[in-house]
Amino acid sequence: MKTPYPDVAIVGAYNTVQAKQLPQWTEPSLVLDAIRGALADAGLTPDDVDGVNVSTWVSQLSSRTVAQWFGGRPAWTGTSHPGIEAVLEAAAAIQSGQAETVVIATAQCGAYTERESTVVWTRPENEFVECWGLYTAAEFALMAQRHMHLYGTKREALSEVASAIRMNGAKNPEAVHFGREVSPREVEASRMVADPFRLLDCCITSEGGAAMVLTTKQRAKDLDVTPIQVLGGALDRQGMSYVTAPLWHRYGWVGRRAFELTCQQAGITHKDIDFAELYDPFSFEIIRQLEAFGFCKEGEGGDFVMDGRIRIDGEFPVATNGGIMSYSHAGVVQLLQKPLNAVLQLQGRLVPELTLHEPRIAIATNGGSGALFCDVMALGKEVA
Amino acid sequence: MKVPTGKIPLPRPTALSRPHWDGCREGTLRVQRCRDCQTLVFIPQPCCGNCLSERLEWVDSSGRGTIYSYTTVYRPQQPVFETPYTVVIVELEEGWHMLSNLLGVAPDDVRIGAEVEVDFHAMSDEITLPYFKLRSAS
Repeated sequence: MKTPYPDVAIVGAYNTVQAKQLPQWTEPSLVLDAIRGALADAGLTPDDVDGVNVSTWVSQLSSRTVAQWFGGRPAWTGTSHPGIEAVLEAAAAIQSGQAETVVIATAQCGAYTERESTVVWTRPENEFVECWGLYTAAEFALMAQRHMHLYGTKREALSEVASAIRMNGAKNPEAVHFGREVSPREVEASRMVADPFRLLDCCITSEGGAAMVLTTKQRAKDLDVTPIQVLGGALDRQGMSYVTAPLWHRYGWVGRRAFELTCQQAGITHKDIDFAELYDPFSFEIIRQLEAFGFCKEGEGGDFVMDGRIRIDGEFPVATNGGIMSYSHAGVVQLLQKPLNAVLQLQGRLVPELTLHEPRIAIATNGGSGALFCDVMALGKEVA
Repeated sequence: MKVPTGKIPLPRPTALSRPHWDGCREGTLRVQRCRDCQTLVFIPQPCCGNCLSERLEWVDSSGRGTIYSYTTVYRPQQPVFETPYTVVIVELEEGWHMLSNLLGVAPDDVRIGAEVEVDFHAMSDEITLPYFKLRSAS
């Protein structure tokens, strides 16, 4: 398979503990736990690392600060946010010979202290949104209402998406909402947040960290891991998030460009993709991405998700660890956890109830319509 | 919803946005227009989103439009916002769009496509906010 990064492999993936709050942790200690965990997962040591990309939201850690933690040895430092863009940046650095082994890490805790208001990262200060009481749920709701108006998307479809993803989290012992099974009826019965979104249509907020290690395919041969390939990926950015009106006709298909470029690079089509770690901030966003990426026709995403199709035992599972609705949503950390969980699923390392039958190719996404950006990448396991 | 009475977060005008907020205080909804290609630009930008020209001028909008999309919010951004309140995207007659709140309409009665007009309310000496109301309610 020809890809932009044929000589690169993901060899380490690690999530720290995730919880609604982690009062005994600091962001730097979570980052260090994540880095040590991912290196141990790969069977590598700090000596092997010659590239780092670390950033955090509250404590504002930077890659150069963390390079200092590694003893100040010569290293490549990444500047992309810790998510798909950082994985692609690291893969390009390794493919071009700028670095051999890169660790990407992030963590978030201590950001949500004033629970009378919505979490602070959902309500940026901006003179054209803040005074109207907007925050992320309302931004995405404005997209969903327009879609429901244009295409007749039904309440039942939103409930099915939220239930499908939350049921994955209920089966995941590492999920913040482990054991909390949710039926479509319970989604519909939960309290209203921002019409049409009810409480269980919305993602959770939590704390935690994560790290990923990439190296050369040559180096990976010496490691006792199942290497995962970066098959391709691309960004779709349409402006600043949460400063202007989320117009469906302008931004509704955000991510389509990134998905199509990803498939071209990877040499794959829809039928090659076994599952999708889709960004799931709100139930509607899954329906939108499935349409934007062409898994179904525009306006037919609501029908596509019904009959169990996106559930763990369905033909196209999404958010297989429970996503940010149930597994964890520690601010920016979920950006990295999307591709990271694709790695764990491809390696067959989730609990048996969540393990798919011999998956080969996955996509992961970051960002959605209300945020006016949507990045996509494809990951794959080499089959002997 | 009614006009909030508490201390909601108010805009802090910048050099770029001040003409818009000055217009609101004077009872006129203003939007930028490109002198080269006539494209309307909102929110305020240093250049035209169509041709990148910096030759932008401020023009008056009729303040009339229709509801493009809406959401009624029950979980407030901050407690100072009384719930429920209705956020709307208004499509102005001239073809541009802005976010606002819809006043005086029960949550179940909000409809996409409903005809609305701007309804200015002074929130401080400096800031007047452009709310919207149904046109039939004027």
